[in-house]
Amino acid sequence: MSAVETYAAEAHGINKRFGPIEVLHDVGISIPVGDARALVGRNGAGKSTLVGLLTGLYGANAGEIRLGGRPAPSLGDRQGWRERVACVYQRWMVIPHLTVAENLFLNNQPRNGLGLVDWRRLREESIAVLDDWGLDVAPDLDAWRLTVEQRQIVEIARALLQGSRFIILDEPTAELERREVNRLFERIRGLQEQGVTFLYISHHLEEIYEICRTVSVMRDGRVVADARLDELPKDRLVAAMVGEFAASGAGRKSGNSASKARMTSGLDIGGLTVKDSLENIDLSVHCGECVGLAGLAGSGKDKIAEAVAGLLNPDAGSIAIHGTKTPLGDVGAMRAAGVGYVARDRHVSGLFPLMSLGDNLTTTVLPKLGPFGFVSTGRQSDMVDRQIAELGIVAASGSQPIGELSGGNQQKAMVGRALASDPKVLVLAAPTQGVDIASKDALYRIINAARDRGMAVLVVSDDLDELAICDRVEVIFRGRLTRSFARGWSDQDVVAAIEGLY
Amino acid sequence: MTNASLEKAAIARPSQGLFDRFRLRELVLIPVIAVVIVIGSFVSSSFLMPENLLNILQQSSELSILVIAQSLILICGKFDLSLESTVGIAPMFAAWLMISDVSIGGSGIGISGYAGIAVVLATGLLIGLINGLLVVKLRLNAFITTLAMLILLRGITLGITNGQTLFDLPEEFLYLGNAKWLGIPASIWIAGLLFLFFGLMMRYHRIGRAIYAIGGNPEAARVAGIPVERITLGVFIMGSLLASLAGLLLTGRIASVVSSQGQNMIFYVFAASVIGGISLNGGQGRIIGALTGVLLLGLLQNVLTLSQVAAFWIDACYGAIILLALIITRLSGETPRA
Ligand SMILES: Nc1ncnc2c1ncn2[C@@H]1O[C@H](COP(=O)(O)OP(=O)(O)OP(=O)(O)O)[C@@H](O)[C@H]1O
Ligand SMILES: [Mg+2]
Repeated sequence: MSAVETYAAEAHGINKRFGPIEVLHDVGISIPVGDARALVGRNGAGKSTLVGLLTGLYGANAGEIRLGGRPAPSLGDRQGWRERVACVYQRWMVIPHLTVAENLFLNNQPRNGLGLVDWRRLREESIAVLDDWGLDVAPDLDAWRLTVEQRQIVEIARALLQGSRFIILDEPTAELERREVNRLFERIRGLQEQGVTFLYISHHLEEIYEICRTVSVMRDGRVVADARLDELPKDRLVAAMVGEFAASGAGRKSGNSASKARMTSGLDIGGLTVKDSLENIDLSVHCGECVGLAGLAGSGKDKIAEAVAGLLNPDAGSIAIHGTKTPLGDVGAMRAAGVGYVARDRHVSGLFPLMSLGDNLTTTVLPKLGPFGFVSTGRQSDMVDRQIAELGIVAASGSQPIGELSGGNQQKAMVGRALASDPKVLVLAAPTQGVDIASKDALYRIINAARDRGMAVLVVSDDLDELAICDRVEVIFRGRLTRSFARGWSDQDVVAAIEGLY
Repeated sequence: MTNASLEKAAIARPSQGLFDRFRLRELVLIPVIAVVIVIGSFVSSSFLMPENLLNILQQSSELSILVIAQSLILICGKFDLSLESTVGIAPMFAAWLMISDVSIGGSGIGISGYAGIAVVLATGLLIGLINGLLVVKLRLNAFITTLAMLILLRGITLGITNGQTLFDLPEEFLYLGNAKWLGIPASIWIAGLLFLFFGLMMRYHRIGRAIYAIGGNPEAARVAGIPVERITLGVFIMGSLLASLAGLLLTGRIASVVSSQGQNMIFYVFAASVIGGISLNGGQGRIIGALTGVLLLGLLQNVLTLSQVAAFWIDACYGAIILLALIITRLSGETPRA
């Protein structure tokens, strides 16, 4: 190997502006061939922006990027970029109305002697890939029908299929459950043994220690530290990420204040049944109580959340808010009855990407902002400023389009919006997905405060950190509630129950 | 992972069922077309006569070429409303150049019929290029841009000849629109071959697949290495080229160019495409589906004319049936949550 080839990717003196906002300031990073580099930093630090530059999505305003020891291709030369780097982006990059098979081999379809797409081989090769990933879907299924995690696996599989020697993964596991994460890591290790270089972004620091060797830390658009992970204990890593803030608060304990549950009924689910996915679910959350609902992806936990949000009309059962039965399968009625909902998949439901952050935060409360449907802009912006501060959202201002915010900051805005209407019952599906470790704390505090005001909170998640703020955890397996854990459970027991091993 | 192989063996792959697997939802209109044919044969004994059927096909051939054009553009996630004006202006401009007699509205230049055909196609190409550049490079909204273009081109068509109709065109220029090959009008052959060609291209050629990808999610397409801008531009150009060809055939069929040639056709183009399963949101639908949409509209028009429906009511019936067909196609397919 010649000397010039020793870096898989280098960036020197990078400046990047979006309009007037400078997002990256003089960023430099050098990733040697064969390295497994973690890239960490708080929401909005500039990680995904750097990924966009390293993969040629957009150009830098200043600085140089080199891949494999050579200058990066021009922006128009997509094929050139693809040969040198593969990437799983934080945003969805599937084509909804093409089949899973075609998405896997997008612009890379097997072709016959005439140069035409060979559909039979495409199908066969896709089945091999899907089997390899243990993904139980038909290759000719339209991609929009995939669940969140299936879609994520398709994207990961596609990136790895590309055969690049340098692979970037931007929060690939935010949507995955443990078993799938393990499968991904096995795959990554296999490729690492073959000398493939990785740049890996995640807010789950334990993952980073598991599969990365080195780390670069970003803060406020700068790379502030490069280190070997075996020389950098976790608390120092967190300190580097959050900078001047005290790092001690980051962790799990902070959420655990004792429950002040009043024994008045908040959310009561009775006999909820959905053909083939839920059987006779009874679940109650009292006012002032926070209950976790944990389970695998196909366990039915998301169905329960959707039923409470009114997005799904169950075959049988009842849902009562503060003791009053509500009509099922009716989003408007549920919202009127006092249900706030944060969907798991913010890409599909929830955000209006072109509207401003402020408008997104206040869509649920517009009637409260002025008479006769007119919105008092003064009151709206006061409210927005307060929310931005409380939630710790990093944005240029309340009028920035929400689609421009970083992934984690969009997630915070979703939670903020659900809370803004001051609902009686709050249903949160994976509320801190993609949220950095310090902002998570802020969110937990906000959720706790809402609970203490008497809100009934249901957290639908299999993330142990998120479950840790709950007063009680109910586990669902294959459509039935199997175990209930009171505060003080051990993580192992909960995980075992989630996996159906008890 | 020790149980990985077990897991693999356990995967039973549920297929989507016959309907989805063979993509039959593109053919939901076949039974509707059959019903219309049956009704037609009751309405008039002449309906099923070969001359009448060929007549239907010939009258639909220009529309169907426009539908191919619009389908390509819609699948790519864009719009082109100006296609109907291209149908008028391309042959009008050529006719004006060909006619040497200034007193009947000509330019006095008098180019040949073959040169006229070249002018028709070149005009189409140029319009497509302009539309494409405005939408792709300047990122103007396709709907509004091509709406403006529709008005502009129609205005120019009127302006060239002060609204006159141009007759007396060279034989070669009219040939394609009125020739018969093997007893069947050439325009039917041409439309049929174009359907075959574009149907196969969209399904089997990587550019066809790239067009679907662009219409479905342009960002993801770009990331996958597809030259999004170049292909979108190409699709606009191809669309206008096809529209100018349709204009040439129409001119040949009626042996003259009216300044209103093509006017209002865009509504039927959209109706046929959408009934045929081409989504206005891009990335969805197939050329074969669009073909069934055109056939249905052509048959309907004919049946309504043959039946005793008062002339003033034909449009109302037509509109109502288009609505009905839309409802049927919607109910037969599942769409994702918005
Ligand atoms: N297209 C854009 N226009 C304007 N600002 C943008 C755009 N994309 C990103 N930004 C801004 O750049 C900053 C960095 O965003 P980036 O997505 O790189 O953060 P990140 O480190 O990936 O965060 P997260 O952990 O939440 O994903 C944010 O403040 C964001 O608002
Ligand atoms: Mg990011």
